Amino acid sequence: MSARPRTLGASVLLGLLAAVVTGPTGDSDEPLRAAWDSIADVRIVLFLGLAVALWLVLVLGPRLRGLVAAVTAPPRRRLTAATLTMTARRSVAAAGRRGRTVAVGGGLLAVAVVAPLVVSTAAQQSMVNDIGIYALLALGLNVVVGYAGLLDLGYIAFFAIGAYATAYFSSSTAMPWHAPFVLNPFFVFPIALILAALAGVVLGAPTLRLRGDYLAIVTLGFGEIIHLVANNADGITGGARGAFGVPHLSVHLAGVDYAWGIDPLPYYYLLLVIVVGVMVAFGRLERSRIGRSWAAIREDEIAAEATGVATLRMKLLAFALGASVSGFAGVLFASKQFFNPQSFSLQASFFVVAVVIFGGMGSRLGVVVGAVVLQGLAFYLRDKVQPADRYIYFGAVIVVMMIFRPQGLVPSRRRRREIELSEAGVGAADSLGSATPTVVRP
Amino acid sequence: MGFLDQFWQLSVDGLMVGSLYAVIALGYTLVYGVLQLINFAHSEVFMLGSFGGLFAARALLPGDGSVPGGAGSIALVAVGLGAGAACGGLAAFTLERVAYRPLRRRAAPRLAYLISAIGASLFAVNLAGKEFGRQNVDLPDLFHNGTVFRLFGAAVSTQTLVIFAVAVAMLVGLDRLVAGTRLGQGIRAVAQDADTAVLMGVNVERIIIVTFVVGGLLAGAGGFLYAMTFNASYSMGFVPGVKAFTAAVLGGIGNVRGAMLGGLLLGLVESYGGYLFQASYKDVIAFGVLVAILMIRPSGLLGERLGRAA
Amino acid sequence: MGAGFGRVFGGLGASSTSGGGVGSAVPGARRPGPGEDAAADLVVEARDLCLRFGGVTSLDGVSLRQRRGEILAVIGPNGAGKTSLFNCLTGAYRPQHGTVTFWPTPDRPAQLVGRRPHAITRLGVARTFQNIRLFPALTALENVQVGIEMRQRYGPLSAVLGLPSARRAERDGVRRALELLDLVGLAHRAHEVAASLPYGEQRRLEIARALGTGPSLLLLDEPAAGTNPAEKRDLAGLIGRIAATGMSVLLIEHDMGLVMSLATSVAVLNFGRVIACGTPAEVQRDPAVIEAYLGVGDDGPDAGGATGKELR
Repeated sequence: MSARPRTLGASVLLGLLAAVVTGPTGDSDEPLRAAWDSIADVRIVLFLGLAVALWLVLVLGPRLRGLVAAVTAPPRRRLTAATLTMTARRSVAAAGRRGRTVAVGGGLLAVAVVAPLVVSTAAQQSMVNDIGIYALLALGLNVVVGYAGLLDLGYIAFFAIGAYATAYFSSSTAMPWHAPFVLNPFFVFPIALILAALAGVVLGAPTLRLRGDYLAIVTLGFGEIIHLVANNADGITGGARGAFGVPHLSVHLAGVDYAWGIDPLPYYYLLLVIVVGVMVAFGRLERSRIGRSWAAIREDEIAAEATGVATLRMKLLAFALGASVSGFAGVLFASKQFFNPQSFSLQASFFVVAVVIFGGMGSRLGVVVGAVVLQGLAFYLRDKVQPADRYIYFGAVIVVMMIFRPQGLVPSRRRRREIELSEAGVGAADSLGSATPTVVRP
Repeated sequence: MGFLDQFWQLSVDGLMVGSLYAVIALGYTLVYGVLQLINFAHSEVFMLGSFGGLFAARALLPGDGSVPGGAGSIALVAVGLGAGAACGGLAAFTLERVAYRPLRRRAAPRLAYLISAIGASLFAVNLAGKEFGRQNVDLPDLFHNGTVFRLFGAAVSTQTLVIFAVAVAMLVGLDRLVAGTRLGQGIRAVAQDADTAVLMGVNVERIIIVTFVVGGLLAGAGGFLYAMTFNASYSMGFVPGVKAFTAAVLGGIGNVRGAMLGGLLLGLVESYGGYLFQASYKDVIAFGVLVAILMIRPSGLLGERLGRAA
Repeated sequence: MGAGFGRVFGGLGASSTSGGGVGSAVPGARRPGPGEDAAADLVVEARDLCLRFGGVTSLDGVSLRQRRGEILAVIGPNGAGKTSLFNCLTGAYRPQHGTVTFWPTPDRPAQLVGRRPHAITRLGVARTFQNIRLFPALTALENVQVGIEMRQRYGPLSAVLGLPSARRAERDGVRRALELLDLVGLAHRAHEVAASLPYGEQRRLEIARALGTGPSLLLLDEPAAGTNPAEKRDLAGLIGRIAATGMSVLLIEHDMGLVMSLATSVAVLNFGRVIACGTPAEVQRDPAVIEAYLGVGDDGPDAGGATGKELR
């Protein structure tokens, strides 16, 4: 029974921490002042109240859960042969659920079409720059994290490559360094796609041979280097002041003349089309032999290799594919608005990871929902806390999700099953074991 | 002023910084040895230790801006080291409890640990930024810094000497701890085979937490030393963190002596490289070293075994 | 002791040691002359394989030949190097010395040492694992599909665009996978998650997956380990049916009943060396084999283990 006071202590500490997080901002002259002010305030009553409430829930949880279980399904099931068989039955039933999926998808799409019409212009801007772009980025990173089971912490670097490629090819004034000709940004899409994929291959090919977690740190360094170069190479990228005057997207084809402009709505609908298109495309990929190979690699890399799956090549494919989506999004971003190296910081990379994790890795709808919710949270917090402070909350969200709901908000069925099974000691749920576990050279 | 004229000075500077990398690298290597896990949030442990040491030493400084001397200096440095280590140890303990242990309890996939660590790191960096401001914070001089002696014409300052001496003392201490004590035996046992260690009666949970805390103590003290030469800031952890990780990989991750060797080597390479190319490319050089080792000899110079080569 | 040995070898009486076995010769060593004719129908030949881990020698000059279409069983006490041999054949380990030649078709020999495992599988060597390694969260059908689809050519773009070639390949894959599931008797389980299948069915699913890769040589690592007598009978029947299609099967097995009833020839490994090779009847008369199994103490538990299994 010593667990109860300990739980109370932990809850109170958590409450104090929450008070400090939401409290006033301090500075280095009086380092503990801000924290003290946060605690020695009336608000502390609220936080301690919440802490005690949390404790009560935790302590009474088992009993409450019994009550709740009568109303809804229990939140976590123990894994037994019986549940496994049930999981199996459910997957049979999944085929019949296709119709419902289409209906839900249609409903969500309708909401997505109507939503921007009923919000402020500022919110519309955010729906393009933040939600739309990050949904696209998250869909790309999902291929790396969700499908291939790898971790890319420099993902935003490919986004930067796309954005700077747009500035280079589509404008002679945006950066000091520019192409000898000027292209319509639409033509930069394929170029950026290929450039980003190439960068991905160059970075991934040597690294993916090694342990999977080395990829994380190499991409981390790569992201930082791209950021540093963008920031410091004044003569090439324009340095910290960024790239100005990249033209908006425009179409002049077969009598159709249309130019996207300041108004966010046309960009929003373009993005919506692209995001839905990418979701459909990746859905097909996931259900193809390629998606199955990725699943095989995640679940048992040695067996996958022995079954003839070229594991290295498939991982590289996922990595390059993710990178190319990021490069593609970079073009959209650059043609939409002014940008500077700040847009490509390490934190931006971490934020995309947060979106994928929060939404549910491996789940296309999940990562889009993740982008909506987290960027929605960021938008909501924009007047309430300093922009940089928002990352405190995102960091906390990541940890909390990993502890309580690693499969994410809208999990992929297969991913959740993998996590459950691997936690029960059957198979794996990522590719972070040694990358070449099968070749032992004594 | 050719490279050769500067060689000894660059070596002295490189060794000093390298000894700090080595101290931080031990945290990565210890945790990796025991859990086969890159502790991505270790750089934040370093950052928090740095702030802790800095604030503690600053609070005890006479307010008039004068530089103490003699016993006063020694006491201040000792307090700074102690406070830094304490903060680092506490941060590492909290990190393990909050971000790792719940995952370990349910045998989560390894990806989950990495992501959880990134979340914790994001949280800690930005909370520090919020609480302590987002500018660089300088530590006032704690002693009269002058040239103590010359080594082949290279000036060795008091500060360099203090940092190097303390770092080497910590390295030797840790080496003794891992190689020669019961605790170290436990750490090595868990590193070699956690399952068997459990059967042999080793309290693995305790070993893990102790490993984190020991890494945190070192990183925190190292953070204070780092703040003494450079400064402290909320985002200070990232670059030394990546470099220390590089040092750990260079020496062979999971290998304690390897991490020490890797740190010193990396410090030297970076120091020479920064002179030969441009100081602003130091970070790029370190990263280049990382990629090069991963391609050429991913198991590091001394091989990857905490269990054996400690 | 003699009775125990008899049970090991499938209930046949303890043999009088005739001494006429192949014991001392290194079986499968190349003999010049007309023996070359025999090489024409070999499916795999390992020559002088040496594998060491640090100070431990796991294979010590192993040579082995298998003719196309035969069931060759590799037996031997635990730790004799059987699985190491498998791992060298499939690219999981790289031996320090020796070669492995594989003939996907009689006229196209290929060198296996130095290739990555997936490349070897592509050449036509498929395997199962001693401790079953399925893709646990995929369905039985999907598990087999992975094996079949590694030979398919369509790329990510065709998949995304849903090109007819990709759709056709997909349909063909499912059909073939269902056929294979039917062959191993799991058609009714096609849409169940692999981890939810009973043990014996998981064994058979693993074989179906291996067959999906379209092998000309099938390596089975202790397929009967941990199965009950009924499952074991099914399994023997299945292996027999697979071999009847002309497939070459290389089998590691502890269960002597299974080995003696299925194998066309048997190689015995002990301490990383081939100590005997021949027909089942020849091998079980071989004094070196009898000694290895009944041994002088140190292999006792292993032989006992095998006996115990047979007794069960």
